[in-house]
Amino acid sequence: MSIEYIYPEFEVVRNEHRCISCRVCERQCANEVHKLDADAGCMLADESKCVNCQRCVSLCPTHALKIVKNTCTFRENANWQNDTIKEIYKQASSGGVLLSSMGNPKPFPVYWDKILINASQVTNPPIDPLREPMETKVFLGKKPEDITRDENGNLKCELPPQLSLSMPVMFSAMSYGSISYNAHASLARASKALGILYNTGEGGLHEDFYCYGENTIVQVASGRFGVHKDYLEAGAAIEIKMGQGAKPGIGGHLPGAKIVGDVSKTRMIPEGSDAISPAPHHDIYSIEDLRQLVFSLKEATEYKKPIIVKVAAVHNIAAIASGIARSGADIIAIDGFRGGTGAAPTRIRDNVGIPIELALASVDQRLRDEGIRSNVSLVVGGSIRSASDVIKAIALGADACSIATAALLALGCHLCRTCQSGKCNWGIATQNPALVKRLNPEIGSQRLINLMTAWNHEIKELMGGMGINSIEALRGNRLMLRGVGLTNKELEILGIAHAGE
Amino acid sequence: MKRVYADENWCIGCHLCEYNCAFANSGESNMVKALKDKPVFPRITVEEDNKITYAVSCRHCEDPLCVKSCISGALSNTDGVIKIDQTKCVGCLTCILVCPYGAVSQGMHGVVQKCELCLENTCGAPACVQGCPNRALVYETRGDTK
Amino acid sequence: MKRYVVIGNGISTAGCIEGIKSADKEAKITVISAEKHPVYCRPLISYYLEGKTTLEKMLYRKESFYKDNDCTVIYGKKAVEIDKVHKHVKLEDETTVSYDTLCIATGSSPFVPPFEGLDTVQNKFAFMTIDDTLAIEKTLSKNARVLIVGAGLIGLKCAEGIADRVGQITVCDLQTRILSSILDDTCASIMQNHLQKHNISFLLGDTAKKFDRNKAYMQSGKIVEFDILVLAVGVRANTQMCKAIGIEVNRGILVNDRMETSIEGIYAAGDCTEGNDISLGEKRVLAILPNAYMQGYTAGQNMAGTIAEFNNAIPMNSIGFFGLHAMTAGSYFDESTGGEVYEEKTEHGIKRLYTKDDLLTGYILIGDVARAGIYTSLIRDKTSLKDINLELLHKNPSLAIFFSEKRREKLGGVI
Repeated sequence: MSIEYIYPEFEVVRNEHRCISCRVCERQCANEVHKLDADAGCMLADESKCVNCQRCVSLCPTHALKIVKNTCTFRENANWQNDTIKEIYKQASSGGVLLSSMGNPKPFPVYWDKILINASQVTNPPIDPLREPMETKVFLGKKPEDITRDENGNLKCELPPQLSLSMPVMFSAMSYGSISYNAHASLARASKALGILYNTGEGGLHEDFYCYGENTIVQVASGRFGVHKDYLEAGAAIEIKMGQGAKPGIGGHLPGAKIVGDVSKTRMIPEGSDAISPAPHHDIYSIEDLRQLVFSLKEATEYKKPIIVKVAAVHNIAAIASGIARSGADIIAIDGFRGGTGAAPTRIRDNVGIPIELALASVDQRLRDEGIRSNVSLVVGGSIRSASDVIKAIALGADACSIATAALLALGCHLCRTCQSGKCNWGIATQNPALVKRLNPEIGSQRLINLMTAWNHEIKELMGGMGINSIEALRGNRLMLRGVGLTNKELEILGIAHAGE
Repeated sequence: MKRVYADENWCIGCHLCEYNCAFANSGESNMVKALKDKPVFPRITVEEDNKITYAVSCRHCEDPLCVKSCISGALSNTDGVIKIDQTKCVGCLTCILVCPYGAVSQGMHGVVQKCELCLENTCGAPACVQGCPNRALVYETRGDTK
Repeated sequence: MKRYVVIGNGISTAGCIEGIKSADKEAKITVISAEKHPVYCRPLISYYLEGKTTLEKMLYRKESFYKDNDCTVIYGKKAVEIDKVHKHVKLEDETTVSYDTLCIATGSSPFVPPFEGLDTVQNKFAFMTIDDTLAIEKTLSKNARVLIVGAGLIGLKCAEGIADRVGQITVCDLQTRILSSILDDTCASIMQNHLQKHNISFLLGDTAKKFDRNKAYMQSGKIVEFDILVLAVGVRANTQMCKAIGIEVNRGILVNDRMETSIEGIYAAGDCTEGNDISLGEKRVLAILPNAYMQGYTAGQNMAGTIAEFNNAIPMNSIGFFGLHAMTAGSYFDESTGGEVYEEKTEHGIKRLYTKDDLLTGYILIGDVARAGIYTSLIRDKTSLKDINLELLHKNPSLAIFFSEKRREKLGGVI
């Protein structure tokens, strides 16, 4: 119906002087944008289908393609912006909830970019990481308050179970189903090679990946998909997912179309049935209920594995974290509102939750104030984009960070934010075998290893600059941070001084 | 000996190998100039079988039927690399008649062409392998082909 | 040291030399060559006349071939007799060459029926050797009228070779179709139509009864005037020497898969032999170049003490005229002989696949011949049709006809 027509968001610009009509773009586009016009001997494009994933741009051998934002625009209006108007049109047409993927794209403040890192000059010398040892290894888990000795005066070394990471970064939860087998294979292989961890998400663990168990966190979420005894025992730690930064307060919904073959088997649900994770855990309505699940899982795994409780960063996160720290959990994972997702209602993704920087600072402070900080380790995620974000998070009080969007970018994701379509041209957020095979885990894992290796070099470089040679010595060291362009209230919550102070 | 091997697990059917091959053997330094508005004669072929795709090029057999069958002596085995002297080839296509892989083909000028591992052009190493976006083609030493 | 002797100096001799050297690096070999040329590509003689190759390029191997392989070549002398008791070969000049192991690679000779009045024809030629070719070339002129007797591979390649250099060409054959040994009526007519477009005319089912200088009197009563006569009726394997010493000979010298004749120590290879045709399951003269090389190579290996077999010979031909190619291989079993035929006609050509007992036994392709070797290999390897995808087989020759596992094996296995 012509009144429903919305002009395409992107324009496919083909340099006809360069195009050799090799049809690589046509073969690579699962959205069927490109097509050869055999009569004219040239390529045509249907831009209404383009999601700007850049697959064709990347693979075009003569670099004849570019995708640009369409200049067709509604009359300028600061209040009723183009996107807002288009969303109204879409809903007026469909009557449905708008769906989106990946992280919140709205221009909310990114506090990482308003925080600056210190460096040593003269009085406390910087350290050159190329010449001197530099420790980035971290252990996650409950730490004892005091040193204790036995009757003979020897140190008591029995610690609660700990996770060991070669660097303070791990891969966040992404389920098999929301991402492909090959994406999981890439994450698993890279984690093993790097000595870090990846996370199954709520999709169960494919039998092929049990061999990576030492580098795997297995998740238990509200749908309990794929959870069984061997699964719990396979991982190095178990994560109870209470919430997700991209969509706090709601559950998950993997459409039946994606519950095929091994995904169905791994999730332990019939093929074609929708996988609906409820918004709450129906057995958890209090910290005491949470404690029961924490200890059920500990009991099931003989107290050998740390239990992680993951929550979304929301308004009263400090109080929530305090409760979790008292629930018996070993690690708290907090996911900020810019975190990614395979699909979320747009309004929730863009409007619910709080920035991770503020959540982290307030949680760390609250746990310290209550004297229970060493009860738990803190892992934060939700748009950690670089080594400097990691350093800032550690200095704000995190024990480690988790990354997902950055990892997916390393695997080829171009953030087109249409994961929900299932037609990921990069072989990541899809279960279509022809698309899945586009991600060769040999290449994928190497790119993840490269990324993490690079970050680790940068982390060491930044630490050395501050005169710090161990990541443990940076944790919660907020003196190493200064804010720029922040209000007094923001500085107060972050617990940092303003630059120049 | 190093050969080009295809792995259908990772072939994404993009056909870039064919174009990279044709470009590498065109003698041109620019792909657009080499291939635009011209028929393309690659020495590697992407085959499709339902949803499976894979590229086929000369296996450089240890016991090459094409060399043994060549009526003009244009095909030869030089240190394991099966080469064609296109100035000797008369285009009788007997090699096409015998090659079990369908890896030799008729080129632009009627004479036969085949993969020579880019050893004869400026590439130096197989362009198909270098340009494969998903490592579905590799250039490496393996056991006997038989 | 073992004395290796090869009679003949064609492709199978080159194969034999390379076969011997593959197994015995120190071997010294004597080659008895009736022709005065080093081994050359005999099938190229028509391409030479067409201007697609030169005498230099027609050499099958590089100049240093014999030297590199420690061969002594006796040029221009014909071997006339084998003494199997004293193990030597007698040449036409009465000299002898002693051998410990011998390979007979004497090839074939044109067969000339006893035409009446043939002796009155001045420009008459066979079309087998470089010498024939050079002699024909001398007589070519823009207005020359050529009569070629025999519409087989040799006669027609000759016609193609000289088409642009003479005024008119007539080809006659007693058979009612051209290329009768490899094509049936339908396929032959496709090729014939194409040849006719290039100014070659045919008198089929008809042949010369007698000649009188520049005139051929045909059986049909027609009279064909010509300036050049090419006789390409057929060839006969050169087996006289073998027959004389009791080696088993049928239409060719009988050999087994190791190229041994019925006398120990004497091998034979090439057009003079009759070996196994596995597509037919019978012995047959397979006078084609690939076969000659592979027989020669196998003979050489065995002469040098390696046990080697050439056990997958089939008839196969790739023949093209003026850009239209035809490929044939194997044996054609149709419904009347217990087989099945798949046929597909295209605008300019045809595809025929012959199957029997779950095997592809033969094919004819005219026009699109790309990747035909995949079909050929199915015949040679006797691949069961149960192990391949028949539908795809009919479509195009491709490795997709094999199931995944087999294909991966063929392409070098999974990483």
